[in-house]
Amino acid sequence: MGRITLESVSKIFGPNHVAAVDLIAQGKRKAEIAEACGAVVGLCDVSFEVREGEILILMGLSGSGKSTLLRCMNRLVEPTCGRILVDDVDVTRLSRKELLAFRQKTFGMVFQHFALLPNRTILSNVGFGLEIKNVPAARRTECAMQAIELVGLKGWESKYPHELSGGMQQRAGLARALAADADILLMDEAFSALDPLIRRDMQAELRELQRKLRKTIVFVSHDLDEAVALGGRIVLMKDGAVVQIGQPEEIVARPATAYVARFVEHIDLVAVMRVEQVADRSAPILAPTDSVAEARARVAGARDEAWLVADGGGRFVGRLRPERLAAATPGESVSGLLDLDPDAVETGTPLEVVLDRVAARGSVAVVDPEGRLVGAITSRDVVRALAARPGSHGRDDVHGATSTSQKPAGAERWTGTSQNFPSTRSATRASTGSPSMAVG
Amino acid sequence: MPPWAFIGLATLATWKIGGRKVGLLTLFGLLFLWDLRLWQATVETLVLVILATIAALLIGIPVGIWFALSRRAWRVFSPVLDMMQTLPSFVYLIPALPFFGLGAVSACFATIVFSVPPVIRLTALGIQNVPSELVEASDAFGGSASQKLFKVQLPLALPTIMAGVNQTMMLALSMVVIAAMIGAGGLGRAVWQSIQRLEAGAGFEAGIGIVILAVILDRSTQALAARARPHGA
Repeated sequence: MGRITLESVSKIFGPNHVAAVDLIAQGKRKAEIAEACGAVVGLCDVSFEVREGEILILMGLSGSGKSTLLRCMNRLVEPTCGRILVDDVDVTRLSRKELLAFRQKTFGMVFQHFALLPNRTILSNVGFGLEIKNVPAARRTECAMQAIELVGLKGWESKYPHELSGGMQQRAGLARALAADADILLMDEAFSALDPLIRRDMQAELRELQRKLRKTIVFVSHDLDEAVALGGRIVLMKDGAVVQIGQPEEIVARPATAYVARFVEHIDLVAVMRVEQVADRSAPILAPTDSVAEARARVAGARDEAWLVADGGGRFVGRLRPERLAAATPGESVSGLLDLDPDAVETGTPLEVVLDRVAARGSVAVVDPEGRLVGAITSRDVVRALAARPGSHGRDDVHGATSTSQKPAGAERWTGTSQNFPSTRSATRASTGSPSMAVG
Repeated sequence: MPPWAFIGLATLATWKIGGRKVGLLTLFGLLFLWDLRLWQATVETLVLVILATIAALLIGIPVGIWFALSRRAWRVFSPVLDMMQTLPSFVYLIPALPFFGLGAVSACFATIVFSVPPVIRLTALGIQNVPSELVEASDAFGGSASQKLFKVQLPLALPTIMAGVNQTMMLALSMVVIAAMIGAGGLGRAVWQSIQRLEAGAGFEAGIGIVILAVILDRSTQALAARARPHGA
């Protein structure tokens, strides 16, 4: 049972609600419904769960219904049909009054353009949620100050929003949501209005806060890199419907549809991939008790920069470099030759974090949280992982290469760039065959 | 209250609201009117204008809020507002007479009807123009309709509403002479009498008086509006 459960939630805008709901039940999708009865489908039969304490990222291009979906969760937008359960409370059944109380208690929201009141100081803005709850002023100030400290805005509380930079204003927005002490945070493109550097800082800080506070966060974003940086599950949406749900690396590795594949085409793979996915699990592993002769026999033929040594319980002990093995006498035990800088990375670490270490040392050991050896990453493994991405063939300039949408390259050339996801790559490719472009 | 005390108080008040310039303007303007022996008329006009304005605001602001929150009300009554503003102001004198007879009450009534549209319109406009994200923020944190109105919409609409107050006051003042036709006193009557008696000089004096009052009231309410504006916005 998740923290928030959505069961076939749909939202219809425009006329003919009933007809449109029927059509959705028949499995029709946005375009067909618009044609059949003129209704605009905002959300189409959406079901999924948000788990306690996770960051869930609702993703999709603009118009895909992600913000609508977010607003359905606290009923800022009324879903046309379907159920939304938050901790066993059916939000869709709450009366107006109950709903207000429920929002005060459960939801904090952070907005794309901060939505701070310009006529109030930061302190007063942060205390806004508490003010709504009629919390006495002294207690309100205390809570607000705590939240302000938490987001690193101490010293700015008596300023007005316009005196702060965008990043700081959004910190205040976040503090407002935190001060209300709601345990579900709804964040609507919260960092999209910030410049890239600040955005990255904020993403890192949100992760940090999340680790500290264990809030359940639903984050709307159109930026895949942001989704990766926040490191939660992704719900990918298109035309109001969910296309795929999963960890970023799953989505990249196994895109459910051609659309998803296109969507993730440009993702920074090293940021998405986890070390355990890349690690070579078949590399020979030595035991510290092995003698040099045994070790030589076991690694014969393997050309690794170093071999990993694990004890009987599978615990990582150290690395053995080939030159040391070669210089040793056959009777010696491996344990005496080890490099004891067990510079191992834990599973779950993004690949990009260890790239420099792989480059410097040739190989890095991967261990699970208990310290058991999972495998090793060498530069060869990294290259192999990067080369194996779905659709990576499209990256080379061979003309016969197929694109991810399984269309022959020639067809793409004549139909021009993709309508949904224009990329520089397809644009340049299209220009080679487009007669109009040939003039220029 | 003796004129000098009133002038002193008015000067202090306007100085506080609008700064030195407005304060001095009030001081010398009112002293000048006293000197012209128009003091009684000035006070009568001022009372009429201020009473009418207060009444117009008491009607106009709630109605404006209603219009802002109800699209239907806005659609239905917006043409009525247009009509109220385009109808020649003399016309309002006619219905006032049978109800209230000749005198200050009728004058006040006509003035209110004539001057109420701007404050309604600008109140509605101010509330409608509050960024939707801010309104949504109030909803998202579970604010009730009245919390939303008093904590978000009205404070943010205040500068616009103050502009409406200013407009309403100016319109009320512009009715002074016309209202004199149905028995309102004050500077308006002085102008009206001098028209009837062809006393250009006296008419000019009273006219100047109205201008001075207008400038003082306008500057003070504008200063109030400027104060209502959030810092830096």
